[in-house]
Amino acid sequence: MTASTETAPPTVAPTTSLERANHGDRVFKALLTVAALAVPTLLAFLVFELWDGARLAIGQYGFGFVTSSVWDPVAEKFGALPLIFGTLASSLLALVIAVPLSLGVAIYLTEFAPKAVRQPVAFFIGLLAAIPSVVYGLWGIFVLIPLLRTTVFPFLRDTLGFLPLFQGPIYGPSMLSAGIILAIMVMPYIMSVGREVLLAVPNTQREAALALGATRWEAVTTAVLPYARSGIIGAIILGLGRALGETMAVTMLIGNRHEIAASLFAPGYTMAAAIANEFSEAVGDLHLSALAYVAFLLFLVTVVVNAGARLLIWRVARGSAAGSSAL
Amino acid sequence: MNRRILRRAVSNLMVGLMIGAVIVAMLPLFFILLNLILKGAGSLSLDFFTKMPAPAGETGGGVAHALVGTLLIVGMSCLIGLPIGIGAGIYCAEYPNSRLTWVTRFVADVMNGTPSIVVGVFAWAWIVAQQKHFSALAGSVALALLMIPMVLRTTEEMIKLVPNSLREAALALGYPRWRTSLTVVVRATLPGIMTGGLLAVARIAGETAPLLFTALGSQYMSFNIDQPMAALPLTVFTYATGPYEEWHRYAWAAALVLIMVVFLLSLGARLAVRRRFTLNG
Repeated sequence: MTASTETAPPTVAPTTSLERANHGDRVFKALLTVAALAVPTLLAFLVFELWDGARLAIGQYGFGFVTSSVWDPVAEKFGALPLIFGTLASSLLALVIAVPLSLGVAIYLTEFAPKAVRQPVAFFIGLLAAIPSVVYGLWGIFVLIPLLRTTVFPFLRDTLGFLPLFQGPIYGPSMLSAGIILAIMVMPYIMSVGREVLLAVPNTQREAALALGATRWEAVTTAVLPYARSGIIGAIILGLGRALGETMAVTMLIGNRHEIAASLFAPGYTMAAAIANEFSEAVGDLHLSALAYVAFLLFLVTVVVNAGARLLIWRVARGSAAGSSAL
Repeated sequence: MNRRILRRAVSNLMVGLMIGAVIVAMLPLFFILLNLILKGAGSLSLDFFTKMPAPAGETGGGVAHALVGTLLIVGMSCLIGLPIGIGAGIYCAEYPNSRLTWVTRFVADVMNGTPSIVVGVFAWAWIVAQQKHFSALAGSVALALLMIPMVLRTTEEMIKLVPNSLREAALALGYPRWRTSLTVVVRATLPGIMTGGLLAVARIAGETAPLLFTALGSQYMSFNIDQPMAALPLTVFTYATGPYEEWHRYAWAAALVLIMVVFLLSLGARLAVRRRFTLNG
């Protein structure tokens, strides 16, 4: 043991500037973490508040809420079947109209159109997505419905009147009016995601088909579309998700009647429209709770639909933001 | 030989149908814009922007209260939504392997697909039901919730575009990580982040559904965020569904103003992106 004096560990760190930097890093990361944590926290809170608001109605009706079709705020009896039916019917109607159109546009723009046309047309149709829902509603009430009532609906009844879908008295506001406005609204989403998916198909697919003597259309149907299939289905489901939750335009055009009608000319109601119309005027606790229950169900359905769409799109355009920008 | 002609014909027919689809798809936008201008432009005057609404049934007046309301409500949404959205976006880009990143990104996608009316119900349950009165603040919270996922995703995507060499260069010069992030990486993507913010504002500025039972709407000029407040989309809705001819004219004019605001914001967003490209050479 020597008595040599060991140097005491320095009390002042020699790396003050580094430590200060470290401190800054810690604060920086803490702030960002708070922001990043806020997002899932808010969603958890949203789910809780919806459930909490709906608890009264869930306790009262349970699952029977979904199968009952009485909606009578005065007698405090609530069943959401007509709303669920209306939501599904109007959205499917929108898809029937919008899918061929938007996929036609998407295929034309990626596979056939002259280069100079592609960007402008896509931009122009994309503008549809920027128009607020309430403006669609306004246009629907004063331009679309008069047009449908005087020309399109009578024509449909005369030509396709043998189907129950096109029978009965013609009102202006109806399931079909809502379906048409929804079709216009979801078209830009299906088109833009469909385009992204088609652009992600490798060129070798097309070249191989063309080299075997296929016409350009055959190359699309045999080599491009099968490759992009799941992505295109994803784009369609994405459009469905949009249509399910769309509120204002539908509220203004669907006629708002708690009924299930076979005819597309008859008024209907959707989940979102019922919430929009009745929420601020509901007085009874049970009425409010029933509407919150409807909101809760709508939330669950859109989450499932959107998650499915996202997975399908990822299968083709891996990691692409295509879905997330439109979702 | 015949078959070949037939196959050619089918191909041409399909192309023709698709061109038809393009034309049909462009018609609605054309007619919506045309109708907005034809029916709305006539009612636009200085009074429309500066005056309060006239009593129901009378002519004249304007929507000044709704313009101020929209500005306040959207402004407050930005104050709430932008810091959270941008902060969470930077987090997701800077710590891509963290589990929180995965959760946050997934949740943002879920929220992006949530119908705006559901978010409105949430804001109602959280704020309006507790306070027992409608307030503009509740509307702002709902709109902020809608803008967070959009801002988050664009911020993240934009930051991911920054080449790693830039980050390494800053670190090699002895910059701490936070300064590297803020003054080098985020700075380089600022125009892109602004674009995301502007697009988000463009989208929420036209939102009506979440405001129906939060900000509620009002016929008076109000600067009190704790009280009901008018907003342009709500005005369009009320006037469009109201019984008066005069209201309908104002609905068209208000819708035209709304569309112009939204399109100008989108245009501004595009210009911000263009500037980024020229900056990067």
